[in-house]
Amino acid sequence: MRSLRRGLAPLLLLLPGGGWLVVFFVVPMAFMLLISLQEGTFDTGYQLTWNFGIYPQVIGQYWELYVRSTSFAVATTLLTLAVGYPVAYTIAFHGGRLKNALLLLVVLPFFVSFVIRTLNWRMILSDNGMVFGTLKDAGLLDQNFHFLATPASVIFGLTYNFLPFMILPLYVAIEKIDRRLIEAATDLYASRAQAFWRVTFLLSLPGVVAGSLLTFIPSVGDFITAEVIGAGNPQVFMVGNIIQRKFLDSLDYPAAAALAFVLVAGVMLLVSVYTRLVGSDRLAG
Amino acid sequence: MPSSIDVRLDRVTKRFHEVVAVDDLSVDVEQGEFFSMLGPSGCGKTTTLRMIGGFEETTAGTIYLGEADVTGLPPFKRDVNTVFQNYALFPHLSVRENVAFGLRRKKVDNAEIDRRVVAMLELVEMPGYESRKPSQLSGGQQQRVALARALINHPKVLLLDEPLGALDLKLRKQMQIELKRIQTEVGITFIYVTHDQEEAMTMSDRIAVMRAGRIEQLGSPEELYERPRTEFVAGFLGVSNLLGGSVVGRDDSFVSVRIADGTVLRAPAELVNGSATVRIGVRPEKLRVTPIVEGAGPTPADGGLNALDGTILDASYIGVSTQYLVKTRDGHRLTVYAQNLETGGAAEALADGHPVRLTWQPQHTFVISVTTLDDGRTPVQTEEGAP
Repeated sequence: MRSLRRGLAPLLLLLPGGGWLVVFFVVPMAFMLLISLQEGTFDTGYQLTWNFGIYPQVIGQYWELYVRSTSFAVATTLLTLAVGYPVAYTIAFHGGRLKNALLLLVVLPFFVSFVIRTLNWRMILSDNGMVFGTLKDAGLLDQNFHFLATPASVIFGLTYNFLPFMILPLYVAIEKIDRRLIEAATDLYASRAQAFWRVTFLLSLPGVVAGSLLTFIPSVGDFITAEVIGAGNPQVFMVGNIIQRKFLDSLDYPAAAALAFVLVAGVMLLVSVYTRLVGSDRLAG
Repeated sequence: MPSSIDVRLDRVTKRFHEVVAVDDLSVDVEQGEFFSMLGPSGCGKTTTLRMIGGFEETTAGTIYLGEADVTGLPPFKRDVNTVFQNYALFPHLSVRENVAFGLRRKKVDNAEIDRRVVAMLELVEMPGYESRKPSQLSGGQQQRVALARALINHPKVLLLDEPLGALDLKLRKQMQIELKRIQTEVGITFIYVTHDQEEAMTMSDRIAVMRAGRIEQLGSPEELYERPRTEFVAGFLGVSNLLGGSVVGRDDSFVSVRIADGTVLRAPAELVNGSATVRIGVRPEKLRVTPIVEGAGPTPADGGLNALDGTILDASYIGVSTQYLVKTRDGHRLTVYAQNLETGGAAEALADGHPVRLTWQPQHTFVISVTTLDDGRTPVQTEEGAP
């Protein structure tokens, strides 16, 4: 009886979270799958016809958006890593008494809504806004220069939005590195750069992997940034923008559901390849 | 005269903000020597080691390795290697790669590295462990790998920072013998930091007993134990019986010291520096306990032995020896370790409260000058110095 209860304990602990995922993730996904296989129109109603043909159809039509979304997300991940690593490193190793205050600053943007912050960047970065307008007035920038609605601006916006998701796991990973290991490396003739790459960086890989998953996955499916900072320019649309439009504007539910499914499948594939390459054991530290 | 000096510290000082961790320290470590820095935590021994390794900058003073001034050099430009407290093995690398780390940085070719890794793991008695990760090793095994990782580079000097601190007693004893064997085998200068006096005594050629950032006394284990010059050293290297007194006479080899209860004891003259007030001491195993038989009267002290009368306060039998606590006539408590050479009878005679006479050879007496720090500071009586 006792051992039975002990055997059940882990299951009981998993129940709330697992139940939540089943009800709010697995079930809706199943519905989405069924919706994607329906045919019809919003006005006449949709019937389940097991129309698997929708998948090659949406992939053929929108593959460029998948490529663009993926490349934006990869660029975003690399940028957040490049920008976030020095920040996490500095807070972890040199934060001293300010550590908690600095971490608070990192998460402070979350206190303001994602959409509002993105809208603000649109104002700041607009052609005649406070940054470029000033530079243009000072004659430092060509009058025709514009940044909003370019791929770079969308990547910038994504990088800004997901940076904390990179910094926090990196911080956790770097913070727990025993500083004596770095001393040991320099003691064994490693220069500071070699000690960083051979010890600090390798030991922080779990944080790099976690951080890049946490930035890549949400940014590949993001549509707010491309909508707001991309200023509705179809040239910088990501898959999320099309899915959103199909669901809410053209009410083409099957195509929208199929597009969403392809995205989910693609992300899962990329993530599994990535963790296989870097070694999924790194995630566990 | 030392043939060659491997490490020379010349008036080295380290200050952390207001705290002086190492205070104007000068010492020469000879080539091939097993040199220990011994002291309580906070005495500056680890800081001194870290300055030699290049992990701490000196506030003042100069550090020489051989002939070269290395004071400002980073660790990777110094021909020293360190065995860290808790080993600091790279957890993401195999034993092979941990041991090979230094050679790879020096761009030694792979075949040579493989050969030396195998040989080094044999030296530390860990052959065949190349592919293990540090987390798969026991504490003692990690210790051996840490030693191999440092020694494989043939440094001029090996620094060891309490390397045995995390091991259990039995393993520690075993590793002490191992370390000494390896040191003799490779002939590299070892500078060893520990707070364990027995550990330092077992392995060292010379020991610097440190306190409050300074060297309290420097010498061979025997010198420090038999002839401690300060109360701190006497107390740190085992149990000591100290008695205050004043010099009342002197001949060629001995001075006579009258202690508080009027007894006159003799101590080696070369240990007394001319001051009239001294403290003398004797180690517990040097004392011999003889029961004073009532009515027989005190037997005269024979053969020029020092003799001091008292009564047994407590006797505890601890196997190889019996430990007595003896109270002298003026109330001092002295510890005596009497070897249990015979069994039976004698133990009964030395029950609590029994009057006894303690005798010992005058040359076993050591002398402590009343001021113990050479600049005339009154020594701090706490165990802990600066942090």
